[in-house]
Amino acid sequence: MRNTFSEALYKAATNNPDIYIVVADISPAGSMGKFRDQYPDRFINVGVAEQSMIGICAGLALKGCQPFAYTIATFSLYRPFEMVRDDLCYQNLPVTVVGMGAGVIYSTLGGTHHTQEDIAIAGALPNMQIIAPCDPAECTEATAHCATQKSGPVYLRLGKAGEPNFTDKAVDPWVFGRLRYIKRGTDVCILTYGVIMPKAMQLAALFEAKGKSVSVVSCHTLKPLDVDGIRDALRRHTHVIVMEEHAPQGGLAPQTKQIAWDMQARCRLDTFTLQDAFIHNYGSHDDLLAAHGLEVGAIAQQVGA
Amino acid sequence: MHDMTRRNFFDAAAARARCLQYRKRILDISQQVQALHIGSAYSCTEIVDTIYHGLMRRNLDGTSPDTFLMSKGHGCMILYVILEDMGVLSREDLDLYCKPNGRLGCHPDYGNPGIEASTGALGHGLSMAVGMALAERGHKTSGTIYTVLSDGEVQEGSTWEAVLMASSLGLSNLVAFIDNNDFQSLGRTSETHPTFYPLAEKFQAFGWECAEVDGHDAAAVFAAVSGRQGGRPFMLVGKTTKGKGISYMENVPIWHYRSPSPQEYVQGKQELEAAAVATIGAAS
Repeated sequence: MRNTFSEALYKAATNNPDIYIVVADISPAGSMGKFRDQYPDRFINVGVAEQSMIGICAGLALKGCQPFAYTIATFSLYRPFEMVRDDLCYQNLPVTVVGMGAGVIYSTLGGTHHTQEDIAIAGALPNMQIIAPCDPAECTEATAHCATQKSGPVYLRLGKAGEPNFTDKAVDPWVFGRLRYIKRGTDVCILTYGVIMPKAMQLAALFEAKGKSVSVVSCHTLKPLDVDGIRDALRRHTHVIVMEEHAPQGGLAPQTKQIAWDMQARCRLDTFTLQDAFIHNYGSHDDLLAAHGLEVGAIAQQVGA
Repeated sequence: MHDMTRRNFFDAAAARARCLQYRKRILDISQQVQALHIGSAYSCTEIVDTIYHGLMRRNLDGTSPDTFLMSKGHGCMILYVILEDMGVLSREDLDLYCKPNGRLGCHPDYGNPGIEASTGALGHGLSMAVGMALAERGHKTSGTIYTVLSDGEVQEGSTWEAVLMASSLGLSNLVAFIDNNDFQSLGRTSETHPTFYPLAEKFQAFGWECAEVDGHDAAAVFAAVSGRQGGRPFMLVGKTTKGKGISYMENVPIWHYRSPSPQEYVQGKQELEAAAVATIGAAS
């Protein structure tokens, strides 16, 4: 996904001389090297200095530029948090804060490199928009959107590398702020976002093997959340399941519950999130997700798939 | 259209008269509110006045190709009264300072006329100024970015991140000032952080051109900045006095924030009037 991000950004920068990328000493994966070589004046490496990374992006945006701040998620959002809040959100500037490798993707690097609470934290900030694409194709769409939008700051939550594409046969196109049905059914609806989309697809297959008609939805825009779309999903299905690689607080799961309560939804609603805990486990990304309880077999048992 | 050449003349007497007027206006406004960071505004009065009336170029329509960013947002009263004097902010704007139906508060808010960035949280301004200077370079425009930092602000790690980047990027269109009044909330910086000094050498070690002058000597401030060699960012360390201009405020930390009582106001006004008479006398 980071390669498609850098490729999409390189393309956008070719068409728009006001696009800058400000990085904090992160390796130039994919087309980032091409960006650096071709547009050296617009590739700014601040070094290990994330506060100035955000502040410099704010200054660029105050002069009409369209900057991206890019590093590992915990360092792009948490370390310079006050700069994100004051410089970007308070001033409502069109800066994209790219959180690379969010969630627990950096599974062997330990909790210092995990981003379990980023949706809640970014979502609490007025003016902040949040996008979390589920595959490289959505990442391309999202990056192109970020490169042209002028509404305000965006937190773009990315995976890392090697994610497969799932959306080439999606029912809906990618539209900012709208739920996107990857497949549409009538009984069960799985709402998810980000790189755990394959798990949603596996769970859907288990339901389908039992004769259920299943929707799988990429909720790629977490803020502003498509509340009408969530209402519609709750209304049209008898069983809604939320899966997210995020803490139980402040993400898609509690927001869906709130919407369900407000509309007095009658469907069954199950939510599966990361635990509210720092888990000192290592292993693969899947191992970490399983340690948190996000494992398809365990979820299938609980939801009757 | 604007005059691309730097000015080589600065009317110091006119600057003194302006600064007295600005201090009187701030003192008047102090009686409308409980607090307004008066001491912090008085310490950088000459510096900000010199930037606006000496260093920043003017287009024929009064706008400037240059930008001023008040990094020490708590000193914004001097910015407000200068913008009022220039007709960018209205008298009503300042009369409604910190009032429910006003738009000006104790820190500058981006979106208000003449306010280039929201500041107040310390350690943000220099990074934003670096970004602005980069954008000017990228756009191939000629704008210079001026910014004023407090000396307390220099304790923020983020300031040093920006100091390192500005010189590494060779931003010759960035001119920063330290309002070095040596005071912060818990006392004299020279006592709480003795290794804070020497200051100028630290910026020079980070690759900046740097000069140190009396920050209340507007002509010296102007001469130091306009005479810079260039080719890299420039830092002026202005040695200043917190609360400069009113005897009971000078170097007394409570005047970082509070407003004078009615009696203190009268005394302050008398001192400023006396200084005005002395200034006119000296000029004639």
